[in-house]
Amino acid sequence: MTGTAALPVSRLDRGRVLAWLQDYGVYAAIAALVVVNVAITPRFLSLENLRTQLVQVAPVVIVSLGMALVIGTEGVDLSVGSVMALATALIPLYLGYGVVPAIVAGLLGGAAVGLVNGSLVAFVGVQPIVATLALFVGGRGIALVVAGGQLKDIQNPGLLSLGSSSVVGVPLPVVVAAVLTVVVMAIVRRTTFGRRLVAIGGNRTASELSGLPVRRILLLVYVASGLLAAAAGILATARLQASDPSSLGLLMELSAITAVVVGGTPLTGGRVRVLGTVAGALLIQLVRATLIKHDLADSLAQMVQAVIILAAVYAARGRTGR
Amino acid sequence: MAEPLLQVSGIVKRFTGVVALDRVSVGLAPGEVHALVGENGAGKSTLIKVITGVHRPDEGEVRLAGRRVEFAGALDAQRAGIQAVHQEIGLVPSMSVARNLFLGREPRRGFGLIDFGGMHREAERTLAAYGIDVDVRSPLRTLGVGVQQMIALARAVSVDARVVVMDEPTSSLEPREVDTLFGVIGRLRERGISVIYVSHRLDELYRICDGVTVLRDGRVVHQGPLAELDRLRLVALMLGRPVSDVRAEGVTKFSGAHDAARDAPVIEASGLTRRHVLDNVSLAIRPGEVVGLGGLLGAGRTETAKAIAGALPLDGGRVTVAGAPLRHGSAAAAIRAGVALLPEDRKAEGVIASLSVRENIALAALPRLSRGGVVSEARIDRIVETFMRRLRIKAAGPHQRVAELSGGNQQKVLLARWLATEPRILLLDEPTRGIDVGAKAEVQALIDELAQDGLGVLLISADLEELVEGSDRVVVLKDGTVVGELSGADLTEEGVMTTMAANTGDGVAGRSG
Repeated sequence: MTGTAALPVSRLDRGRVLAWLQDYGVYAAIAALVVVNVAITPRFLSLENLRTQLVQVAPVVIVSLGMALVIGTEGVDLSVGSVMALATALIPLYLGYGVVPAIVAGLLGGAAVGLVNGSLVAFVGVQPIVATLALFVGGRGIALVVAGGQLKDIQNPGLLSLGSSSVVGVPLPVVVAAVLTVVVMAIVRRTTFGRRLVAIGGNRTASELSGLPVRRILLLVYVASGLLAAAAGILATARLQASDPSSLGLLMELSAITAVVVGGTPLTGGRVRVLGTVAGALLIQLVRATLIKHDLADSLAQMVQAVIILAAVYAARGRTGR
Repeated sequence: MAEPLLQVSGIVKRFTGVVALDRVSVGLAPGEVHALVGENGAGKSTLIKVITGVHRPDEGEVRLAGRRVEFAGALDAQRAGIQAVHQEIGLVPSMSVARNLFLGREPRRGFGLIDFGGMHREAERTLAAYGIDVDVRSPLRTLGVGVQQMIALARAVSVDARVVVMDEPTSSLEPREVDTLFGVIGRLRERGISVIYVSHRLDELYRICDGVTVLRDGRVVHQGPLAELDRLRLVALMLGRPVSDVRAEGVTKFSGAHDAARDAPVIEASGLTRRHVLDNVSLAIRPGEVVGLGGLLGAGRTETAKAIAGALPLDGGRVTVAGAPLRHGSAAAAIRAGVALLPEDRKAEGVIASLSVRENIALAALPRLSRGGVVSEARIDRIVETFMRRLRIKAAGPHQRVAELSGGNQQKVLLARWLATEPRILLLDEPTRGIDVGAKAEVQALIDELAQDGLGVLLISADLEELVEGSDRVVVLKDGTVVGELSGADLTEEGVMTTMAANTGDGVAGRSG
């Protein structure tokens, strides 16, 4: 039965198509959008535009990397946006001691949130969505209290250079995002930690019976997510040249989850697609930029994003359905 | 015999081509307590689901008090007077005892408001009639599991029940609570209510049941008064092993006795105890020896293996490997000491379906396949290749997803996972269940080979032939305690069955689920 393309595909074929879509659909969608933009958007391929897009997407990519690790363990981290807010709130407080102490303070704030999330999930046994909801709500509150509830301009040239300087023409935030992507990819592929994380997401009982340090790994995964979100918060602060804990990182958890899922990492865990996650973040950025460039409302971008999520979830059925 | 209150006749039920029930007929006289027994997969649950309206039979009919009934669902069967009390209780833990008792049929006053006063009085009266003395206003979850179960039962029978189905009702009860339950059953019997009683505890069956139906592979293999059926025959019927005919030629792939050196045991478990599950279980395995663990379902075999492997929290007892005690409840410590557990439930506790054959094999041995937390792909490749060849794992390649393999090959992947850790003791829980004949023979031959290489093996199998032929000696469990050990000439299928069936009296403290 080798029919033409017009014949209805059998169940097995459909499963294969969906699996392909889950793995590579995001790259196909990016390619399609690029082609469309080259055709209809003036100066889309200009160096200036590419730089702007990549600088904007860098924090999303960094947060999404952490989210991918968490989702790989069949968890989720809703607190990432609040961690960004906390990091940005901590920076002006320690900037007086220098740029490095300020950055370290921001990262420690993220690690602390991760430690709380991870402890709740790993040792208390709270469901990830509930455990991280606490600091999703509370984290931003703490950030506002720390900051005294107001926006602060940042003038420290050292910190600002994080957002504005370039390495051989590539903006520093993009370089950082690229380096972190490579690091996370190496962790997932090459380390025992990465292998075990994925195994725990795939089958926690089997992992426990196989002697894996399940709790320690879960704890570390949430700490990693907190650290990465804090790093994203610091870079965003440098680029915005201001510390604004009331708005920085709002809805970031949704963008990150979307990027991860669209990139082919199933919400049911057991698999982490690092490059797919980066591509997922790029796709969302591209959709938004395209619509904005053509003066279409942001609300439309959200609706398109919703369609992309649904497509990704549908594609995920190709693997889990059998 | 009186006209049957409940009569099911010629029930056939198929699930996607597999026949779960094949022309099953059962009749219950009014006030009869009828035992329904059989091993896993015999069709008990399916039959109960047909009777309680959860499943519709493909053929056959159900008659209640002579009238043919066809239930649209469980609720429909309940309205007709067939009530089920399940292992999992099916009540609302946060609500009061009284509300649970009247859930869905609360006495009302005007405007649809619940008449709490009337409900509490009625609840107290109902429970008192069964000798249950509790505060009906307290939330259900504050009570013990036994009492909760009793309330579930009271709820079931207070709704004008005519037939009550009890599925393993005593699995979480203390001996004293069992007595109360049997008192309740006695009262039901006096009122002419019939009971279908499902349990693996032979002592209980013989205490409370009048008739018995033995199911095996979806067919009725025996039916009649329980008092006329002796225990050994009952066990033989359940397992499908003719009592007389058990010394038949072996068909398993085991070569026979291993000359287990009379060395010191490589592993010793002593006094393993866990409430309701294990009671003072002790056993030792020498290098090169295969020790079988026999017993009926729920006797505590799986739990014993898990306890030894550090995967089951214990109230008491200890495990020593080559003289060194293992830390309690730590699977990682047991694995480091060389204890490997091949779990019974391959899907839920063994394979990681989202990962490849290669990743699954390397999982437990990762510490020795890595340096400084970075895995060595070359070493993994080597070990995966070695075991895929040695165990003859049929896969498209090491990178094929394990979920796509057959059951037998998945089992071999799990065995490879454990062998890669270079264990000294292998605990094999049903290593050949659900795998095809060819793979089964290979696994059996492998067990032999491993024992000859000096591994200590604990073999759990419901297949008596496999157990007897594969083991050098067999330790028999019942209700969580060791009731016997057979070796040498005594090690026969009949001997194991006799030990399983032995009446151990009322002194059994350990209970299992």
